[in-house]
Amino acid sequence: MKNVILLILKRTLASVVTVLVISLIIFIGVELLPGDVAETVLGQSATAETVKAFRDELKLDLPPHTRYGVWLKDFVQGNFGNSLANGRPVSGLIGWRFANTIFLAATTALIAVPLAVVLGVLAAFYRNTLFDKSISVITLSFISFPEFFIAYILIVVFSVQLNMFPSMAAINASMSLGAKINAILLPALTLTFVVTAHMMRQTRAAIINVLSSAYVEMAELKGIKRLRIILLHAFPNSLSPVINVIALNLAYLVVGVVIVEVVFVYPGLGQLLVDSVAKRDIPVVQASGLIFAAAYVFLNLLADVLSMLVNPRLRQLAS
Amino acid sequence: MFASLKKAPLSARIGLCIVLINCFVALFAPLIAPYGETSVVGNVWESFSKEFYLGTDHLGRDLFTRMVYGARNTIALAFMTTAISFLLGTTLGFVAATKGGWIDQIFSRGIDIIMAFPTLIFALMVLSVMGSSTTVLIFTIAILDSTRVYRLSRAVAMDIEVMEFVEAARLRGEGLWWIMRHEILPNAMPPLVAEFGLRFCFVFLFIASLSFLGLGLQPPLADWGGMVRENAGAITFGIYIPLLPAAAIAVLTVGVNLIVDWFLHLSSGLHE
Repeated sequence: MKNVILLILKRTLASVVTVLVISLIIFIGVELLPGDVAETVLGQSATAETVKAFRDELKLDLPPHTRYGVWLKDFVQGNFGNSLANGRPVSGLIGWRFANTIFLAATTALIAVPLAVVLGVLAAFYRNTLFDKSISVITLSFISFPEFFIAYILIVVFSVQLNMFPSMAAINASMSLGAKINAILLPALTLTFVVTAHMMRQTRAAIINVLSSAYVEMAELKGIKRLRIILLHAFPNSLSPVINVIALNLAYLVVGVVIVEVVFVYPGLGQLLVDSVAKRDIPVVQASGLIFAAAYVFLNLLADVLSMLVNPRLRQLAS
Repeated sequence: MFASLKKAPLSARIGLCIVLINCFVALFAPLIAPYGETSVVGNVWESFSKEFYLGTDHLGRDLFTRMVYGARNTIALAFMTTAISFLLGTTLGFVAATKGGWIDQIFSRGIDIIMAFPTLIFALMVLSVMGSSTTVLIFTIAILDSTRVYRLSRAVAMDIEVMEFVEAARLRGEGLWWIMRHEILPNAMPPLVAEFGLRFCFVFLFIASLSFLGLGLQPPLADWGGMVRENAGAITFGIYIPLLPAAAIAVLTVGVNLIVDWFLHLSSGLHE
C-alpha cells in the first residue's frame, strides 16, 4: 500500500508542476505579443488614460518575473484582478459562473455515467446482435457530430415542437433546485449524448477484452450464466480502464461545456471565457483559462489515481 | 486501386460519395452558386423556393450560395491546417525517433505539456491575445493538432527505425533527412494516411466550433460553423435554417470517418 501512496504522490507532484507550467505559458503568452501589449490590445483608438489603466491593471511597469510572482500569488489567494471591459473584479464575475458550470457538468455526469456503464455492459452482453450494432452506429454518429448540431436538434424537438423545455437555460440563484434542473435539462442532455458515446464504447471494449481471458472461459465451462459472468467476473476486472475513461470524459466535459453554454446562453464560465476572448479582456481570459486548465489537469490526475487504486497489478508493479 | 474500390463495402462507398461531392462543390463553388457569396438578394429568412433553393439567411443572402461557398472556405481551411500540422508533426516525430537522446526528450516533454492543456482553451487564449485572423487560426490549430501527429509518427518511426534497411542506409552514410524521406516515410504511410483522415475530421469540427463561437473565420466570409451562429435566432421561430450547415458539417465528418474505417480495415490486412 505504501508504494501506491508513493506512486500517487509522484503523479500528484507531476500534475502540480504541469499546472505551474501552464500558468507560466498563460502568463508568457501575453508577454510574447509584439510591441506594446497595451497598445496592441486596445488598438488605434486607445486614449492615453485607457493605455495607462491597462498598464496598471496588468502591472506592465514591473519586470516580468516579479509580475509573474505577484500574479500567481494573487491568483492563489483568489484575487484575479479587475476586468478590462467593465472594471469589476474578476473574482466576482467568475465565482457564481464557475459554480453554474460545475452544476451543469455534475448533472450531466449523474445522467451519463450510469447510462454509459449500463449500455456498455448490455452491448457487451448482446455482442454482435442487432442491438449492439445499432448502438454502435448511433454512438459513432454522435461522436462525429458537432455539439451544436445535437444541441439544435434537441431544441427543435423538445423546445420548438413539443414545447417541453426552454431553449435558453437562464438560471439564477433565486430559482428552486427543481426549476434549475428543468432549465438545464436540454444542455445536460446534449452533453450526455456526446460523453456517453465515448464512455459506452470504451466500457464495451474493456468488458469484451476481459471476456476472452482464461478465467471467463473457466466460468463458462462451470456452467455459470452469461449475465452473471459479465457482472461478477468480467466487470470488476474491467473497472480500471472503465474508471479511467469515465474520469477522462469528465475532464472532457469540463471543457466541452463551453460550446453548449454558448448555444443555450447558460451563464457559465465557458460563456464568460468566449465573451472575454471576443472583447480581448485579458485578465478574465487568463483567470478562466487557468481555472479550466487546472480542472482538466485535476480530473486527468483523478483518472490515473483511481485506476491505480482499482488495479491490483499496478500496486504490484510499484513495489 | 479500382479493383479494391469495386469490392468496397457500402459504407465506404457512401463515405466516398459524400467526400467527392463536397470536394466538387468546394472546387467549383463560383460556377455552382447562383448568386455572389455576400450579395443580399432577397428578404430575411425566406423559405425554400425556385428562386432560393434553400431560402435566405438572416441578412437576405441566398442560403444555397452561402452553403456552396461555405464548403469551399471550411474545407480548404481545414485541409490546409491538417496539412501543416502533418508537416510539422511527422517531421518532429521522425527526427525524435531517428535521433533519439536529448532531442527526443526535449520534443516529447514539450509536447506533453501542450497536451496537458485542453485544446479549445488553448486556442481561445491564443486568439484572445493575437486576435482572430485566418493566419493565426490556421497556425494555432495546426500546432495544437501536430502534437497528436507527433505522438503517432514518433511511435511508428520507432518501430521502423530498428529495421535492417534503416541500419543499412545508416552504414551507407545516408544523412538524417534522406533516411527519413526514403526509408521511414514510405513505410509509415498507411497509419499516417488513416490518421490524416481522423485529424482532418477533428480539425474540421474544431474550426467549425470556433467559427460557431464567433472566433473562427470572420464574416462576411461564408463558413458552416459561422452560418449556424448567424442564423441561430431563427430556430425559436420554427425556422430550421441553422440546422442545414450544422447537418452539412455532420455529414462530411461521418463521410470521412467511413472512408477511414474502410482504409484501416484494408491496411490492417484483415480480409474476410
